[in-house]
Amino acid sequence: MHDIYKGELVRLSAMTPDEASKAFARWGRDSEFRRLIDSNVSSMASQAAIQKWLEKELDEQSPNQHWFSIRKLDDDALLGDIDLFVSNWSGREAFVGLGIGEREFWGKGYGTDVMNVILRYAFTEVNLKRVTLTVFEYNPRAIRSYEKAGFRHEGRVRKALHKEGARWDILFMGILREEWLERNRET
Amino acid sequence: MKDLFRGKLVRLTSEEPEFRAKHEVNWQRDTEFHRLADSDPAELNSEKKIKEWAEKNAEGGFKPARYPFSIRALDDDKLIGFIGLWLDLVHGEAWIGIGIGEREYWGKGYGTDAMKLALQYAFMELGMQRVSLGLHEYNARALKSYEKAGFRLEGRTRQDMLREGKRTDSLWMGILRAEWLALQNG
Amino acid sequence: MFDIATQLFESPDIRFGPIDYEKDPEIESKWTHNAEFMRLFDLEPARPMSAAIVKKQYEKLEKKIDEDKNLFHFMIRAKADDRLIGKAMIQRIEWANGNCQMRLGIGSADDRRKSYGAQALKMLLRFAFAELNMFRVTANVAEYNEGAIALLQKFGFTEEVRRRQSLEREGRRWDLLVFGLLKDEWLKQAQA
Repeated sequence: MHDIYKGELVRLSAMTPDEASKAFARWGRDSEFRRLIDSNVSSMASQAAIQKWLEKELDEQSPNQHWFSIRKLDDDALLGDIDLFVSNWSGREAFVGLGIGEREFWGKGYGTDVMNVILRYAFTEVNLKRVTLTVFEYNPRAIRSYEKAGFRHEGRVRKALHKEGARWDILFMGILREEWLERNRET
Repeated sequence: MKDLFRGKLVRLTSEEPEFRAKHEVNWQRDTEFHRLADSDPAELNSEKKIKEWAEKNAEGGFKPARYPFSIRALDDDKLIGFIGLWLDLVHGEAWIGIGIGEREYWGKGYGTDAMKLALQYAFMELGMQRVSLGLHEYNARALKSYEKAGFRLEGRTRQDMLREGKRTDSLWMGILRAEWLALQNG
Repeated sequence: MFDIATQLFESPDIRFGPIDYEKDPEIESKWTHNAEFMRLFDLEPARPMSAAIVKKQYEKLEKKIDEDKNLFHFMIRAKADDRLIGKAMIQRIEWANGNCQMRLGIGSADDRRKSYGAQALKMLLRFAFAELNMFRVTANVAEYNEGAIALLQKFGFTEEVRRRQSLEREGRRWDLLVFGLLKDEWLKQAQA
């Protein structure tokens, strides 16, 4: 069987509140990062506050939620986090959310790699039928990365965001189990 | 689309805890019923305790992994028993437990009818890949009923029950989605 | 055979021990980051856990043991260096019927190649039959877990039930096997 935690560049790892909160606090100061991943108004929180919040979230984590830290395979450095949340068991659908906080690793294939890992996890460990994500129209790097991972464009919620004096769409992308299995069929 | 909760002899319901408790107290008095339906030692619980247990199950909203029903006979609307589904969502497997507490309704097809409704619900509404159940080897009536509903015998855990000084086996049965679908078409 | 002198929890290379809250969470956290181990040991989706989460699980477990009174849990430690190498459990005990379920896991693949599994299983079965007075022990195993199947068969377990296509992993369905061992069968091979 595949090692479902490992990709080619990264691996999934448990989130540890003290280490993760330090990283989140640092990444939170990067407003470009915040605006790429979050539709909410960018604000800053202290490491202590983030740690408290993380501890509570992890303690109360629902069995429908699969939240991981992302680590580089070569040196174990913490790059970001990824969250798979089963929204609907009847349709076996989950939403995935990804954030790579370390800027130097943008645009180098790390996002696509971790997305491949989480899709394998979603389709062959949690046995879901589809994975959905939303991405902002002004984040072409992420859109390209998700297309590479096999996600298809399914529509846009028009002018849902208001940033820097302009209105932007939120894009919906999705990938089906059959599509992913076909892409990853071993020959 | 079909009426998922209505069969030929029974319908599936959700009862008021108080009403269900009243009936369940009587069913608990019938130890033959208990020993056919259950593997734990027989006990006699107060109506209050059963009502509280039923209320606790009902509160907290609907849990995604449990689907308990009561069974009413269609002709006289009598509450005759219960049937419940426990789901393993990740693997798509449902476990069924059924008990017809009213003896007069044994051996007349009411259980089989309820089982067929539950299977339809499991496969068509819950999207399950297989349904499993266990029964006592000494419960011949149930074995026949489950076979009629399409379950296949998959094995027996030997001598895992001890009652009246005698050891008996538990039988384990399962039906796969493809098998159930074939039964509907055939 | 009234053998109270032979230790229940000591084997040549390993011993059963309680949870060490200082040392064990870190080690078990590492095991949970090993997808191979998780898929052999557990049927729920593999999930890496931090040492903090593992510690909370230990607390929940000890509470459950106290409240339910139908569960026993052991940590397996290598005698040479007291290292945590695995865990063993007797659970879902039905006292009236004298039956129970067992679970056994050795955390690292290297340790699995040694005889630790066999030594642990021997102690676990003796505990179940000679101390808990069980009549039978059940083990549930996924059909892809060849190591566990071989070990159980070596100890005289019989495959009793094949729950067809009960599991889904790696994009396909697998059977779940139910193995059983009765007391007189255990006695026969324990005395051999």
